[in-house]
Amino acid sequence: MELLTPGTGLIIWQTIIFLMLVILLSRFAWKPILNSLKERESSIQNALEAAEKARSEMARLQSDNEKLLKEAREERDKILREAREAANRMKDEAQDDARKSAERIVDDARAAIQIEKQAAMKEVRTQVALFSLDIAEKLMKKNLATDQAQKEQVEVFIKDLKLN
Amino acid sequence: MSVFSAFYSRFAVLFALVLVTFVNTFGKAADAAAEPEAFQPSEVILHHVLDDHIWHFWDGHFGTLYLPVIVYSAERGLEIFSSSNFFDEHHQPVIYSGYALEHGHITLNGNPVFDISITKNVAMLFINAALLLGLLIAAAKGAAQNSGKAPKGVQAFLEPIIVFVRDEIVKPNIGHHYEKYLPYLLTLFFFILFGNILGLLPGAGNLTGNIAVTMTLAVFTFIITNFSGNKAYWGHIFWTPGVPLPLRIVILPVEIVGVFTKPFSLMIRLFVAITAGHIVLLSLISLAFIFQSVTVGFVSSLIVLFINLIELLVAGIQAYVFTLFTSLYIGMAIADHEHH
Repeated sequence: MELLTPGTGLIIWQTIIFLMLVILLSRFAWKPILNSLKERESSIQNALEAAEKARSEMARLQSDNEKLLKEAREERDKILREAREAANRMKDEAQDDARKSAERIVDDARAAIQIEKQAAMKEVRTQVALFSLDIAEKLMKKNLATDQAQKEQVEVFIKDLKLN
Repeated sequence: MSVFSAFYSRFAVLFALVLVTFVNTFGKAADAAAEPEAFQPSEVILHHVLDDHIWHFWDGHFGTLYLPVIVYSAERGLEIFSSSNFFDEHHQPVIYSGYALEHGHITLNGNPVFDISITKNVAMLFINAALLLGLLIAAAKGAAQNSGKAPKGVQAFLEPIIVFVRDEIVKPNIGHHYEKYLPYLLTLFFFILFGNILGLLPGAGNLTGNIAVTMTLAVFTFIITNFSGNKAYWGHIFWTPGVPLPLRIVILPVEIVGVFTKPFSLMIRLFVAITAGHIVLLSLISLAFIFQSVTVGFVSSLIVLFINLIELLVAGIQAYVFTLFTSLYIGMAIADHEHH
C-alpha cells in the first residue's frame, strides 16, 4: 500500500523542479535548439530549391544553346544556299550576256555585210550600166557606121512605131 | 540510442560481475552468521522500489548516504537535520528529539509531520534535473555555435530525439498550434526518458516509478489539457452533439469521468511499467540470495542483463507513450470540430 500512496514531499519537490525545468529548458534549451532546427530546415529547403532552380536554369540554357546552334546552322545553310544561287545566277547572267553580245556582234557584222553587199551591188550595177553603155555605144558606133545601117535602124524604129 | 545502450550494457555486465562476487561473499557471511533470520525478498524489493530518507548503496561504514530531513510541524516549525540522527552507531533506529522514522514516515511524538525532506527520490530528481539542464543547455550552446553547420557532439545526439518528439509525437497529434505546447512536451519526454534510464542504474532511486512523480506529471497534463480546452471540447463533454437527448444524459457522466481517467491512466501506466520492471529485476537478483548459490546467481545475472536491456527499451517506450498521450489529449482539447 505504501507503494500507491504518493508522498507529499515528493509531490512538492517534483512540482517545483519540473516547473523550473520547463521554464529553464524552454528559455535556454528548447528555444535556441528549435530555432536552429527551423533555421536549418529552411536553409536546407532553400538550398534544395536553389539547386532545383539552377538545374532548370541549366536545362533552359542548354536548350537555348541548342536552339541557337540550330539557328546558326540553319543560317549557315541559308547563306550557303543563297551564295550558291547567287553564283549560279551570276554565271547564268554572264553566259546570257556573252551570248547576247555575241549575237549582237554577229548581227552587227551581218548588218555591216548587208550594207557592204548593197553598196557593192550598187557599185556593180553602176559599173554594169556604164559597161553596158560603153558596149552599147561601141555597138552602136560599129552598127551605125554606114548610112545603110543607119537607114535600116531607122526602119526598124519606124517598124516599131508602126506596130504601136 | 546506441551510445546509451553500449554504455548501459557495459554497466549491466559490471553490475552482474559485482553481483556474482557479492552473492558469493554474502552467502558465506550469512552461513557464518548461522542464518539468524531468513532472507525476505519481498521486503528487500519493496525497500528498493520505495522512497527513503537514506540512500543505501551497500552495507558498511560508507555505504549509506544520509540525506537531509526537512520537516514542518505546528509545534516545532521548520526543522532541518541529517537523517543520520535517526540511527545509532550500530545502525539501529533511534528517536531524535521527539522525531521518529518508522517505515519511511517521520512522526513527532507519535503525530504525523509535514515532511518535505530531500529523500532518495528527491535527490534523484535533482540529479535528473541537473543532467537534463546540463546536457540540453550544452546542446543549445552547440546549436548556437554550429548554426548553419552540421550538428556536433551532444547536440548531434539530442537533436534527432528532439526532432523525433516534434515531428512524430507532437505535430501529428496536436496540429497547427503545436509550438505552444512543445516546450512542455519536450521537457516531459526528456524528464521521463532520463528518469527511467537513471532509475535503471545500480543503486539509483526509482524516480519515475514513484506514484507521486507520475501523479504530478499527470496533473500537469490534466491542467494543460483542460485549460486549453476550447468550446468544442467542453461542448463534447457536457452536451455531446449528434446524439439523441436521452443518450446525452447517459453520456455526460461518462464524459466527465473520462476527463479524469485520461490523466489517471497516464499516472498508473508509467508508475506500473517502471516499478514492475524494477520488481522483476530485483526478484531475479533475489533468486541468488534465496538459493544461496553462485550458479543461480550467475544465471539470474544473465537474465537480469537481458531484462535490463528490455527495461532500457521500456524506458524509451514509456517516455514516448506518456508524451504521445499527452499530445493526443491536448490535440483533442484544442481540435476544431467543424465537421459536426
